[in-house]
Amino acid sequence: MIVGSSPPRLDGADKVTGDAMYVDDLQFDGMLYGATVRSRQAHARYLGYELDPDYDWTDITVVTHEAIPGGNYVALMVDDQPALVSDLIRHPSEPVVLLAAPTREQAEEARAHVKLLVEPLPIVVDLEAARAGAGPIWGDDNIISHLEIQKGDGPGCVDKALAEHPDAILVEGRYYTGAQEQMYIEPQGIIAMPWGKGGIEILGSLQCPYYVVKALAQLLDVPAAEIKVVQAVTGGGFGGKEDYPSIISAHASLLALATGKPVKLVYDRAEDLSSTTRRHPAITWHRTAVAPDGTLLAMEVDCAFDGGAYTTLSPVVLSRALIHGVGPYNCEHAMVTGDIVATNTPPNGAFRGFGAPQVCFASERHIDKIAATLGRDPVALRRQLALRIGDTTLTGQTLETSVASDEVLDVALEASDWDRRRAEAEAINARGGVPPADPIPGMGTTGRLRGVGMSFFFHGAGFTGNGEARIKGRVRMEVRPDGQIVIYSASTDIGQGTRTVFPQLAATTLGVGIERIEMHTPDTSVVPDSGPTVASRTLMVVGKVVEDCSNALKARMGFEGGDWDAAVDAFFAGGGDGSVELEYQTPPHVEWDNETYQGEAYPCYAWACDVVEVEVCPDTYETRITGFWSAQDVGKAIHPVLVSGQLEGGSLQALGFAVLEEMKFADGQLTNNRMTNCIIPTALDAPEMDMRLVEAPFAGGPFGAKGIGELPMDGGAPAVLAAIEHATGLSLDSLPASPEALMRAAAE
Amino acid sequence: MLADIPVHRPSSLEEALALLADPPDGERPTPMAGGTDIMVVLNSRHVVPSSVLDLWKLDELRGLSVQDDGTLWIGALSTYRSIIASPLANAHCPALVEAARTVGAVQIQSRGTLGGNVANASPAGDSLPVLLAQGCDVVLQSRDGGRRTRSFDGFYAGYRQADIQPGELIIGFRIHALPPGATSWYRKVGTRLAQAISKVVLAGVAACGDDGTLTTLRIAAGSVAPTPIRLAAAEAAGLGGRPTDVAAAVGAGARADVTPIDDVRSNALYRREVSGRLVESWVRSL
Amino acid sequence: MRNVNGGLTVRFTLNGEAVEIRNVPPMERLLDTLRERARVTGTKEGCGEGECGACTVLIDGAPSVACLVPTCQVDGEEVVTVEGLAEDGRLSALQSEFLAAGGAQCGICTPGFLVAARALLDANASPTRAEIREGLAGNLCRCTGYQKIVDGVERAAEQERAGDAG
Ligand SMILES: Cc1cc2nc3c(=O)[nH]c(=O)nc-3n(C[C@H](O)[C@H](O)[C@H](O)COP(=O)(O)OP(=O)(O)OC[C@H]3O[C@@H](n4cnc5c(N)ncnc54)[C@H](O)[C@@H]3O)c2cc1C
Ligand code: FES
Ligand code: FES
Repeated sequence: MIVGSSPPRLDGADKVTGDAMYVDDLQFDGMLYGATVRSRQAHARYLGYELDPDYDWTDITVVTHEAIPGGNYVALMVDDQPALVSDLIRHPSEPVVLLAAPTREQAEEARAHVKLLVEPLPIVVDLEAARAGAGPIWGDDNIISHLEIQKGDGPGCVDKALAEHPDAILVEGRYYTGAQEQMYIEPQGIIAMPWGKGGIEILGSLQCPYYVVKALAQLLDVPAAEIKVVQAVTGGGFGGKEDYPSIISAHASLLALATGKPVKLVYDRAEDLSSTTRRHPAITWHRTAVAPDGTLLAMEVDCAFDGGAYTTLSPVVLSRALIHGVGPYNCEHAMVTGDIVATNTPPNGAFRGFGAPQVCFASERHIDKIAATLGRDPVALRRQLALRIGDTTLTGQTLETSVASDEVLDVALEASDWDRRRAEAEAINARGGVPPADPIPGMGTTGRLRGVGMSFFFHGAGFTGNGEARIKGRVRMEVRPDGQIVIYSASTDIGQGTRTVFPQLAATTLGVGIERIEMHTPDTSVVPDSGPTVASRTLMVVGKVVEDCSNALKARMGFEGGDWDAAVDAFFAGGGDGSVELEYQTPPHVEWDNETYQGEAYPCYAWACDVVEVEVCPDTYETRITGFWSAQDVGKAIHPVLVSGQLEGGSLQALGFAVLEEMKFADGQLTNNRMTNCIIPTALDAPEMDMRLVEAPFAGGPFGAKGIGELPMDGGAPAVLAAIEHATGLSLDSLPASPEALMRAAAE
Repeated sequence: MLADIPVHRPSSLEEALALLADPPDGERPTPMAGGTDIMVVLNSRHVVPSSVLDLWKLDELRGLSVQDDGTLWIGALSTYRSIIASPLANAHCPALVEAARTVGAVQIQSRGTLGGNVANASPAGDSLPVLLAQGCDVVLQSRDGGRRTRSFDGFYAGYRQADIQPGELIIGFRIHALPPGATSWYRKVGTRLAQAISKVVLAGVAACGDDGTLTTLRIAAGSVAPTPIRLAAAEAAGLGGRPTDVAAAVGAGARADVTPIDDVRSNALYRREVSGRLVESWVRSL
Repeated sequence: MRNVNGGLTVRFTLNGEAVEIRNVPPMERLLDTLRERARVTGTKEGCGEGECGACTVLIDGAPSVACLVPTCQVDGEEVVTVEGLAEDGRLSALQSEFLAAGGAQCGICTPGFLVAARALLDANASPTRAEIREGLAGNLCRCTGYQKIVDGVERAAEQERAGDAG
């Protein structure tokens, strides 16, 4: 069976030969290069611009908000973000003026000759101050979005539990995670070309082609059919190319319309880092009433997420965060609250995990704190509290199937030889650390302290609640007379393997070889709207529609295996219609109340357990991750190599988040906006990874598969901090656990 | 535009020095060796030199050899890659080989040169503490002044101020022989394990006499002051003592020697403390 | 050769073939000459400052970042890009093992990794996993976590050794 095997990815040959064409590799006749003039102030009144009179503007086209035919906003959830500033600057890299020039160098050079006239206003960048209403810079309280979820007693549940259970213990914590950059290796870029009568064609590095269609139709005031969006081969996204490409497309389109020529707008790294979205910085407060036996009697969780200057996708991030707020644990009474808070920084957005990594960091650190308070073993406590079949989640969803909590704990702990490894680390540290005779390159020779930590986590797959019913993702499949089958879907491959696993699903369902299947390029003038490529939904949801289409074709053709060519010939000879288009059918049990946040938040959850071993240099507090074992529940591994590659890549993003990724700001402006100082792990910083796949099938997914794209991002950071605590006794509640932070903690 | 900056491409040292002494367009060109520092600066468009003097083809500035007096000669244009591969460097200045392996990663090691590291005069240059600790003379040359040899100790008058006179190029380095029985040490604390600029970089040379007391102790540090520095108080605290007896005092000396700052990579407190601890641990291990 | 004003004529070997490129601005980056003039676009730009390795090429066998090398410096030298790794139009063992192992996801880093891996295997036919990591530490990948990249290079080394033995 093709499902379950790991053929080389179908777009892979082009990627290893250099033939794959990314947006910056494409050139068109007469193509111009765009540049974006941005504000520097974080908050200011915009009064206008001046062009340097001594500069030669002959070949340069200048565009401002006045050139926008439709609404000056980037359509997404709330239409509050202007495509180009017209009067108020709300963050330090807002686009104000656009330029197009015959060469990249000229566009770049001209940018330095545009002066923006502004009148600075007081800025608000501190998250807690903003939440307390500083300014205000947004509405009358800086709150972009507020959400509450209650279970059992809800508000006041912790004090009530403490009053009712005199032996209960109160455990409190405050947990902080900072901004994190997606750091796809291909910076963002778009080419816009005049298309048809007054329309636009977009070619670009993007995740969600139909988002761009929607944004451009409103911006340019043209029917959606006049907008054609085609995905170029895309060099990574991780959420960063979910909504921002709509902005770049807007800019490139305005320049293309103004000049009548193709315009390429590709960011350099500094512009990408300074201007595009990142993971929301967040503070999470926990108050928990715990019984002496470890039972979580009641939990209060409160989160503040830094939304930046505009709404963008933040309300959805908050929603996912809060639903995951108490972690994969049983707790009868809970009150989970949170705000998206406005600040004068670029809007924060989607990044793998979408709010869950922040709250998972908090809840996993908090469970460790509870274990330490009670003197309990962290694994035993988690096993006691873990959600299992029949248990009820925060939103009142009773888990009926597809729960892998015991399996992932068993597999990861066994793979890592947890008990022995923990004991060995303790014995080594008692003897003064790992002997210098056993050096790690770059870590010096002082005896290093070893520690082992773990985390247990889950991640809801697909859109929240009735999101899928609203989106109605569609796929079309066609059999051609030559027997080839073409899949038409707007789901993009941004590295995760869509263009390989969809053909696997189709080939297996139809019972033909994978070489029979082709995938059409995501091109909105041809492919139906399958919904965005986000939320770990592509395989589980859109893949299901591919499976449904395949079954429908098979039934229509009466094909039951055997000679495919003969079946195709017979089918077309009989005048058959080889085209099927279907829409996603939400599983019947999904019931969700968007007002109360009660019900089936997700059709299923994926479960995981990470174990991390670290060594910490006692002189420098440098942390080296020396081992990583993980068990992650994927439902069904359609392509084991691709899925474990996803899990490994996501895990390293989490490990980097734990120890070395940090974005630093001054007055809202990113100060480390280069790859040399905004760092991610290299191959030397990454540990060898032992990734174990667990399969707890989800009946609603193709062949039992569930969404796992984001899952691996959630658990790495708390596991690393637990390991560091085991090694050094230093308990950190914020990220990253940089050497400087550890030294500070040690001094306290 | 960067790409349009004129380049002079001499094929001999003599020609290069003539171009520096007597620039055809009046303004002295900026030398370029492997380009790994200068191209980054040029790409950022912060500095635009009137022209560039490409040294890459000057093979006479490449190569390593051991002189009669036991010093190791390294031509200014020698890349980290060639230093790592050199049996002479491994035998006579092992700490430099270690340092070279921590510079950037293989791509930077292929083109980055020792002369470029020294001339660039960054306080974070990873080879510099090694040259200071082991002892080294810099050999420079100009058309009109001929050859000039000076100690690397004191080569930097201040932040990014190297003693390279107008018209001069660095020709190479004479690295002093390690004292008999001496061991050398190198330790970089970077932001990560490769492609990392140092937060603190340390090098040392030490030898003990028959009675077990320190007869040689030379320690140097980078990224902890405006220039790479010798840790004089640390050395003074250690010389003549037994390593385990003096280690703490050496560490304390190091903390007093450094004058670090806060920047995007780290902070002063961390740099000072780590300098002290690492030096102390090293001396203790001798 | 000697040039002060205007463009240079630069001659070098590109993937085994002699090329002559006229009118190259003196300090143009090799990356731009390859991508914009020679129109070989497999070599990618991820940062423009030597950090990401996506632009790695071999210059006289040494892995180098084309964003920091001015084209004038490769005059007379041998340059190999990812386009030069295939053998007789077929994927080389390095390419096919890298692919089969899952070393390429989004693929933007892949050309740089393959070129750096080529240099590594040319210098060391039997690298340990730690040596592979050191040899590839100048190439950033955000998709894979490096595990499958190291696997791919390890498998390619085995293949190449088997090929040499047979
Ligand atoms: C990604 C990356 C990582 C790096 N990592 C490190 C690191 O870990 N550690 C580290 O120390 N450095 C690092 N560097 C900096 C750089 O690679 C080194 O400083 C290198 O040694 C510079 O040598 P070069 O030949 O490339 O210098 P170039 O850039 O050619 O020149 C640097 C300076 O020296 C002058 N110069 C060069 N040669 C001579 C000469 N013979 N006589 C007079 N002046 C001369 C030039 O005019 C210029 O001002 C890194 C750079 C990059 C891009
Ligand atoms: S583009 Fe050259 S190293 Fe990143
Ligand atoms: S495969 Fe995407 S960056 Fe490496």
